[in-house]
Amino acid sequence: MRINPKATDKIATGIFYLVALGFIILLVFFVGYIIYQGRLRLNLNFITSAPVFMKAGGGIAPQLFNSVYLVFLSMLITVPIGLSAGIYLAEYAKQNRFTNAIRFCIEALASLPSIVIGLFGLLVFVTMTGWGYTLMSGALAMSILNLPVITRVSEDSLRGVSNSYKEASLALGATHWQTIYKLIIPVALPGLITGIVMTAGRAFGEAAALLYTAGMSSPKLDFTNWNPLAYSSPLNPFRPAETLAVYIWKVNSEGLAPDARQIADGSAAILIITVFVFNIGSRFFGRLIGNKLSGK
Amino acid sequence: MSKKSKIYNFKHEYLGRSVVTFFGLLLILITIIMVLFLASKGMATFLDNHVPLTQFLFSTDWHPERGIAEGGPVVGVLIFIVGSVLISGLALLISTPFSVALAIFMTEISPKLGKKIFQPVIEIFVGIPSVVYGWVGLTVLVPFVRNHFGGLGFSMLAGSLVLAVMIFPTIATVSADSLSIITEDYKEASYALGATRWHTIRKIIFPCALPGILTGVVLGLARAFGEALAVQMVIGNSIRIPGSILDSTINLTSIITMDMGNTAMGTPWNNALWSMALLLLLISFLFILIIHRIGRKGNVSA
Repeated sequence: MRINPKATDKIATGIFYLVALGFIILLVFFVGYIIYQGRLRLNLNFITSAPVFMKAGGGIAPQLFNSVYLVFLSMLITVPIGLSAGIYLAEYAKQNRFTNAIRFCIEALASLPSIVIGLFGLLVFVTMTGWGYTLMSGALAMSILNLPVITRVSEDSLRGVSNSYKEASLALGATHWQTIYKLIIPVALPGLITGIVMTAGRAFGEAAALLYTAGMSSPKLDFTNWNPLAYSSPLNPFRPAETLAVYIWKVNSEGLAPDARQIADGSAAILIITVFVFNIGSRFFGRLIGNKLSGK
Repeated sequence: MSKKSKIYNFKHEYLGRSVVTFFGLLLILITIIMVLFLASKGMATFLDNHVPLTQFLFSTDWHPERGIAEGGPVVGVLIFIVGSVLISGLALLISTPFSVALAIFMTEISPKLGKKIFQPVIEIFVGIPSVVYGWVGLTVLVPFVRNHFGGLGFSMLAGSLVLAVMIFPTIATVSADSLSIITEDYKEASYALGATRWHTIRKIIFPCALPGILTGVVLGLARAFGEALAVQMVIGNSIRIPGSILDSTINLTSIITMDMGNTAMGTPWNNALWSMALLLLLISFLFILIIHRIGRKGNVSA
């Protein structure tokens, strides 16, 4: 007997719907589980107090601060380089060997495992510079990690700008460069911001590249001392700086606190919430700036 | 050209142009420096410690700390290579069917839901940090495997399942991209011949998108191969080749992550870790080459 093709089609469609539904259930379960498990730690005390050694009740203030500061510093380094390379690729690059070489390098860098980039950081930014494990070494390693992403995001958003704008500007006698920075970049800004904030959000959870660059410890931070040269100052970039993601990993593998499980649960919940905030925030900011520029 | 307009041109064109070109060049320099440094460090095992390449790659003897009296340190990393291959291979087997099905759903069955719901869903999955994947694997998956399948729970299966979730966004996104560019003509021709949607998907759409889907699969494999912490947290890290998927095992990234911190630079043990890092770098370049090959083949047949 031949199977009815219409029935097969219906069954296949049903299976596709099931698979798709499965992914949504997986996400809801995943995020729900993390936030539910971490719910007891989602309070100000956990976020604003320092970890205590060998005792329960420690917080994650230094780790959270380190994560934010490290991502901020690395973006300060990556964005100018990545944006410039993106401008070059979108506007100036000709079909030649040089351009191909850049594209190949972007692809190669993007495909490298982050642990390998971390080891390069260990070699160059930790050992060769003589800095040891520092926040700056971590920021530099993370910059390399994000460089291909930012370059791609920049190139894509710049390419998205309509040619008619560009031609109008050139026809008015502006040079190519003037057109780029007076017109193309502002028009592409919403897309650029969205891409950059999103990349920052992902960088926030990165750990493998930071284990051996920013280190797995954090000195006691004095949150009243904002002199960047003081060792205990949170702003000093030349001190070891364990980030939140690294802390989750370390707490799990060493487990020196009796409430390691709860600390990791709470930290994971905060990481997930941060990812959400960055994800939604990136769209919101992009739209806000887009509206402002177009005069809405 | 007058002097004034030369200065004008310099300020408003050549300066900016040179700066952005320089940063393009910088990207190339960073890549080259990175490869050179990792290569020189990774070669120490072979040049300084005189470990034969074949022994390094094909021996399962891993005694990096053994004293001279017992025959000196031996660094064969086959166990780690096999671990990496098995774990990421199994992850790929689990993840690919579901990811491709999701991609087909997003492009062929319900593009509206695809764009409105599944695009953001995938983005959230991409954004979840790998330690969080590892942590959920450790607290949910490991006990689950222990209670329902037996063994310790720390297992190749747990590692592969965690990786399967982590790589699905890559496979699904790249597949969806290649599915969405298939021209409507093909589909309409197929429908006009009386084929059902499933028939069209199976006989027309899937074969047309195959090169793109394969690219996604290789990219997913590359990601699985290089993932460190999430896997390390759930596979148990016992140095042996697993006898079954319920056995604990170890892979390249895990041994590097765990041992890099407690070995002194320059020792054969430490050098072997750097050689493994170099191996990871070479493998990820190999994946790129494979993707280019697939891309070229795809273009020829299209």
